[in-house]
Amino acid sequence: MTAVEPTVILSKPKRPPRLRLELRPFVPFGVATAVVTGIVILWHVASSSGWVSPVFLPTPERVVQSFFALMVRGYVGSTLFEHAETSLWRVLSALFFATLFAVPAGLIVATSPVGRGMLDPVIEFLRPLPPLAYLPLVIIWFGIGEPAKVLVIALSMIAPIAISTATGVRSATDSQINAARAFGASRLQVLRHVLLPTALPSILTGIRIALGAGWTTLVAAELVAAARGLGYMMQSAAQFLVTDIVIVGILVIAALSFAFEAILRIIERVFVPWSGHR
Amino acid sequence: MSDLRLDTVSFAYGGKSRETLILDRVSLSIASGQFVAVLGQSGSGKTSLLNLAAGFETPTAGTVSIDGRIASGPSADRAVVFQDDALFVWLNARDNVALPLQLKGIAAPERRRRADALLASVGLAGDGDKSIWTLSGGMRQRVGIARALAAEPKFLLMDEPLGALDAMTRERMQELLLQVWHTSRTGALLITHSVEEALFLATEIIVLAPQPGRIVLRTGVAFGARFLAGEPARRLRSEPGFILARETLLAAIHGEATAVAA
Repeated sequence: MTAVEPTVILSKPKRPPRLRLELRPFVPFGVATAVVTGIVILWHVASSSGWVSPVFLPTPERVVQSFFALMVRGYVGSTLFEHAETSLWRVLSALFFATLFAVPAGLIVATSPVGRGMLDPVIEFLRPLPPLAYLPLVIIWFGIGEPAKVLVIALSMIAPIAISTATGVRSATDSQINAARAFGASRLQVLRHVLLPTALPSILTGIRIALGAGWTTLVAAELVAAARGLGYMMQSAAQFLVTDIVIVGILVIAALSFAFEAILRIIERVFVPWSGHR
Repeated sequence: MSDLRLDTVSFAYGGKSRETLILDRVSLSIASGQFVAVLGQSGSGKTSLLNLAAGFETPTAGTVSIDGRIASGPSADRAVVFQDDALFVWLNARDNVALPLQLKGIAAPERRRRADALLASVGLAGDGDKSIWTLSGGMRQRVGIARALAAEPKFLLMDEPLGALDAMTRERMQELLLQVWHTSRTGALLITHSVEEALFLATEIIVLAPQPGRIVLRTGVAFGARFLAGEPARRLRSEPGFILARETLLAAIHGEATAVAA
């Protein structure tokens, strides 16, 4: 009987787990849903009971109504879709030009001391600058047309992409580079076959950060002499205290950024499945 | 027959000012069919020696030559296997092995055929499509060895290739390495911490003393040849001659060099 004793001690009765294991992954999602629902209910109560003036906080129902009205009739000359399309186009062209400049710039900074001396000051100068600081100068130089807006957004995207690219390139190990050199690879082949693939996951991360900066800058760029765009729509609405349209604008931008994030995550999974592995 | 020769090679960081002398007048040569193992404590310049032989570093004094011609910079006739395997994680096993062939401009179907044959020769037949990060440490090193052999190098330079493996995998990999080297008829240079590994694999062992790295002992060995001739590995490793040689080498590594019975 004494031989059994240790077993008895070891198998001290455990409290049954409060949640079954299969439900665990859904807990954050459940909590998030509850929080969002709670906020909407609170919003509804606050605005419909008259705690807050509807001028400052229209009811959720009113916002949904405006959303549909915006889709059909539009505001300040364009439908919601047209505003969103214009803004999307600006952000995407800015991303295109920023990537075209920043990825090679990052590669050069990470691989050539001379190139680093040339480009690092530019990147480090742009990095901490708020876009609103250089917006007036860009307007003086390039006017108020489409190129100026795209340029301002692109400028805000260059630093994150270039810095992420350079960091990614530097994560290639000496032995990986030496291995390629021992196979007779030229400098250009090392770049193409080792450095660029190594940097790819970082480049995508840089693009994700840049898109965040891009949406921020978009609204600022569209404050100045735009005739269409989500930022312009919100700014016009704000001037006449049409708060429901401002809120619709915020929600649409949030939804678009979220969609971009999701698309980039899919791109990451498909094109850089090695991300995070060594 | 090819011959990789280091002639009174010295190497220092800080260039001509020679702030830190890493290697002091080291001479050695590796011919086809030879397997030279370099032993020494940490800081004896073993890895620098390999980097010089591979052309990754340039000697401060002395020359590195292949078949009598000065070798400057790396070239495809010297392949390198690294301790951290240095595989390209964005390529699958087959494409890793095929990369040297791709850089040589060999067409895709031929690359694929040769890469698969090389993978089979290191015991990875059918693993070509696997992602690198799904392979074990031993399998990764096999891919690294297959990749090094892909360019059909004259010399195989290895920097602690089995250093990160567990003891059991390590012994099996040593046997594989011997067979692969024997079939490929290359000249091999192995940097290692392990005296037993050097004894089992090498035809010649060189011991470096630290600070600055210099050769304190050279000796010929034949255990690998006997393994290839069919003697069982365990019997060789437990033989009195093997153990005696091991103790002698250990004494030399720790600076108690005496006359060596080779």
